[in-house]
Amino acid sequence: MLLITCPYCGPRPENEFRNGGEAHIARPGRPSDLDDAAWADFLYNRTNPKGLHAERWRHTHGCARFFNCLRDTVSDKILVTYKMGESKPEVGPK
Amino acid sequence: MQRFSFLALARNALTGHANWQEQWRSPEPKPAYDVVIVGGGGHGLATAYYLAREHGISNVAVLEKGWLGGGNTGRNTTVIRSNYLQDESAAIYEHALKLWEGLAEELNYNVMYSPRGVMMLAHSVTDIQIGKRHIHANRLNGIDNEWLTPAEAKAFCPPLNIGADMRYPVLGAALQRRGGTARHDAVAWGYARGADARGVDIIQNCEVTGIERDRSGAVAGVVTTRGAIRTKKVGVVAAGHTSVIMAMAGVRMPIESYPLQALVSEPVKPVLPCVVMSNTIHAYISQSDKGELVIGAGTDAYVSYSQTGGLHIVTHTLEAISELFPMFRRMKMLRNWGGIVDLTPDRSPIIGRTPVPGLYVNSGWGTGGFKATPGSGHVFAATIARGEPHPYAAPFALDRFRTGRLIDEAAAAAVAH
Repeated sequence: MLLITCPYCGPRPENEFRNGGEAHIARPGRPSDLDDAAWADFLYNRTNPKGLHAERWRHTHGCARFFNCLRDTVSDKILVTYKMGESKPEVGPK
Repeated sequence: MQRFSFLALARNALTGHANWQEQWRSPEPKPAYDVVIVGGGGHGLATAYYLAREHGISNVAVLEKGWLGGGNTGRNTTVIRSNYLQDESAAIYEHALKLWEGLAEELNYNVMYSPRGVMMLAHSVTDIQIGKRHIHANRLNGIDNEWLTPAEAKAFCPPLNIGADMRYPVLGAALQRRGGTARHDAVAWGYARGADARGVDIIQNCEVTGIERDRSGAVAGVVTTRGAIRTKKVGVVAAGHTSVIMAMAGVRMPIESYPLQALVSEPVKPVLPCVVMSNTIHAYISQSDKGELVIGAGTDAYVSYSQTGGLHIVTHTLEAISELFPMFRRMKMLRNWGGIVDLTPDRSPIIGRTPVPGLYVNSGWGTGGFKATPGSGHVFAATIARGEPHPYAAPFALDRFRTGRLIDEAAAAAVAH
């Protein structure tokens, strides 16, 4: 079980949280301009990286707020958590 | 290929079993092949086998970064069934089930296919409705599936607890009698042996690190840890690593990789005569011929390539197993592990062509790919050989995410299978 540091509440066990999938996927500003392929990319395609992954978590059984997290998907080590709206932090080599 | 038979067994017994041949060669990779299959699990090996067996394409290499069947083929709980809801799914899984029925004879290899029955439990009114809906849909597709009352379920599987005092009491069950299990390693080995005998090169410890393309954008070859290999057709059958391989050709996939865990108990005398599954409380159990209880748990909540998974996921499943089968409460668990499964948004596989000419993909089998192994390999081989999707594979094209023609088995069963 992961120990996840909520930016609002501090470190808490994983089962207080729900994972919200890949982070920083911006909803298209002008949806009517998109063709089907671009919509499919927005809706379904995911980076699914082997390595550093930016993802959303929600502290469901706590403050109930969403936040973002950088995690290594091979070691599952969490490098940093940060608030919604903040840009993705630069992290050095693992 | 040295065929297995009672006579061969007897003859080799006389010489102390010292003269059995290796079941497949371990060749050095050639500079070029007609087709390169990336991934030496059951699906990839079956694809190579059927390419050689049915389409006469034997100048084929199967590249495996580890050892044969060391990924999800050797990590799953070996459940075989075809009672899927949607017509497209029913067709391809039933195609696989029919191949399972003759597979040991076809491969001259005992894959230990055992149609002992797969019983899927219902614990709520919704479960009953879903179960019966599946049964009716299956009947329309000519697939056996029948409804059992709790008493009938207990008669079919005596250790099952159907007491009313359970947190999630058993209210009924859907039984597919033709469903069952098979020996996962034997499936990989049998296909490998059959493919090798027809000229396919099986190359282990060979990781693909790049996909080369010509000036028109079409596939020109692959770069591996054992050198570059030229080919015009690449079939990616890499399960949890599909996104990684496809990214080498610049193709983004609607796939996320999650750890799915399983575990086995100490071996005991035969106690569990069938496969029992409960999607609602996440418990999947059968007994191997060695006597171990083979237990499947759920996926972790997050994308990961770690091949482990959190212990709380396993604990949750063992709590459910202990309630369904109180007699197993004192059993010791020997091993647990994780495999990386490739989940698609509609929980159906992706089989067929990609935007890159010459690049084919067979992936997205998620948490339930083992059962499809023969069918998956069979239709994927036809797709690669002809350059056109096999009729059973056509609905599972990658393009369905653009057209919106999803095959929604996620909503159909409410959970992963």
